[in-house]
Amino acid sequence: MAQTPDISFKSETLELIHKIMKRYPEGKHKSALIPVLHIAQAEFDGWLSAPTMDLVASVLSIQPIEVYEVASFYSMFNLQPVGKCLIEVCRTSSCWLCGAEDIIDHLEHKLNIKVGETSADGMFTLKAVECLGSCGTAPMMQVGADYYENLSIEKVDQLVDGFKQENKQSRYC
Amino acid sequence: MSRKLLLKNDHIPGIATLKTYRENGGYTAMEKALKSMTPDALLEEVKTSGLRGRGGAGFPTGMKWSFLAKPEGVPRYLVVNADESEPGTFKDRYLMERIPHLLIEGMIISSFTLGANTSYIYIRGEYFYVARILEQAIEEAYAAGLLGKNILGTGYNLDMFVQVGAGAYICGEETALLESLEGKRGNPRIKPPFPAIAGLYGCPTVVNNVETIAAVVPIIEIGGAEYAKIGIGRSTGTKLISASGHINKPGVYEIELGLPVEEFIYSEAYCGGIKGGRKMKAVVAGGSSVPILPTELILKTAAGEPRLMSYESLGDGGFVSGTMLGSGGFIVMDEDTSIVKNLYTFSRFYHHESCGQCSPCREGTGWMEKILHKILEGKGSLKDIDLLWDIQSKIEGKTICPLGEAAAWPVAAAIRHFRPEFEAYVTNPESIKDVKHYYRLNPSA
Repeated sequence: MAQTPDISFKSETLELIHKIMKRYPEGKHKSALIPVLHIAQAEFDGWLSAPTMDLVASVLSIQPIEVYEVASFYSMFNLQPVGKCLIEVCRTSSCWLCGAEDIIDHLEHKLNIKVGETSADGMFTLKAVECLGSCGTAPMMQVGADYYENLSIEKVDQLVDGFKQENKQSRYC
Repeated sequence: MSRKLLLKNDHIPGIATLKTYRENGGYTAMEKALKSMTPDALLEEVKTSGLRGRGGAGFPTGMKWSFLAKPEGVPRYLVVNADESEPGTFKDRYLMERIPHLLIEGMIISSFTLGANTSYIYIRGEYFYVARILEQAIEEAYAAGLLGKNILGTGYNLDMFVQVGAGAYICGEETALLESLEGKRGNPRIKPPFPAIAGLYGCPTVVNNVETIAAVVPIIEIGGAEYAKIGIGRSTGTKLISASGHINKPGVYEIELGLPVEEFIYSEAYCGGIKGGRKMKAVVAGGSSVPILPTELILKTAAGEPRLMSYESLGDGGFVSGTMLGSGGFIVMDEDTSIVKNLYTFSRFYHHESCGQCSPCREGTGWMEKILHKILEGKGSLKDIDLLWDIQSKIEGKTICPLGEAAAWPVAAAIRHFRPEFEAYVTNPESIKDVKHYYRLNPSA
């Protein structure tokens, strides 16, 4: 086992984690790993640092490598810091057919960053992602856990200006 | 209009709540099943109904259930596949969001039939808000004695949990899903053994799509024989179709299998025709992995028969001139669409989503994406088109799971039906300058 990390979950988060572990049969609590990684990401600024993953390993009594190999497989886990507000624009077929590239171009211009980058003030990270199951309401973007659909340039402007004004922090779960 | 079995009540305000769902006949099929029918009798009804898996493969559900091993003292599991990640598909999200109790009721009946006492819904991580809706509905069901110990005094026990994924298309493949549910990377398992013998935690497991399990409710309600009368031939019952792309009315539609494709696309009851009165160029009828068809072949088979929305009719002609019903992800493209660019978005998707376990898929998907990118940049050659064809043919059938085929088929079909467009990209870019790579949302921009 890794050394006990010097960060910890809030006590109510730990309570929730122990509740989740009870969903699985005796000895199968590793099944809680993905739900717990989502919770950890939400609690520690929207990304999973090595100490955060070590903390998850110690809470679930599994090896840190078991956490790293899973965290690095799934695209929703951020292994690098992200801005307060994570904007992910879908770009696969149906969204592309309905103008996703215009949305991405516009956001790059508006936020003055390229896809994959974080704005200098740490407010926004912009990503282009694969199909989010919102094809009938294309184009769309996801901000943290929230879907914003049937986008137009004007709607994106309104949303992003609103996020700036409220200093929005993405919800992750 | 088609007869509705799954979405007959989706418009009723409050139908997501247990109270309203029950006021509209909800949980009566489950009560009938648990109180007056045996698991064997229920299995017979599902077999008689002719229900086929609605996730994409179309395997007969009753047969899948009958393979479930039943060793003494070993738990069995029902796992519902709500990973819905096939581009163009969003029907399960709609069903779970609008009528979560329909899925829960179907899961109770199905679990009772299979002798499972624990059931999981594995839902893609991006559908967080849908997971919350399901959790709330499950909580209501527990409080009403529809889940937990001794359900409705029948002595049957069932626990139900929602498990969220974290962004991986591959987890829609049933063995990858089980790996993920066990807290691992979503690498598909080598079959056999099939999950029916050794699935979740090595125990006998049935994995079914959301819509498949929801369809069990009307089957028990009206009886398997009555259900089998709906539809056409071996395509029985109704199917949810996710319609998207350049149509006037995108959305989720429940159709009776056998509806003519032309009616589905042009009728006001469904897609309402092509946006802006433009002409249609092509359709991907069953989610990104099924072969794309040009207008003439999606509306009529090679023999000139009207093409119908059914497993058999869409498959008519094999891959030479046909396609598949798949997940029912129906993507329509108008006359201005670049087929090459659309294919590029698919190939980029499959490259991103390959789990990396099998080299033909891991390497091949990357090559296909890169070659298509080169062609789109105007730097391709005729040889590149042949190379694309060669690569896809070397992925198909050579991987542990069907992601290999899913990545290969769209490439093969696009070249098969639209080769002149690929050739124009490399030999005469001038001739395709009017073909749009994408659509300006704001033409003045």
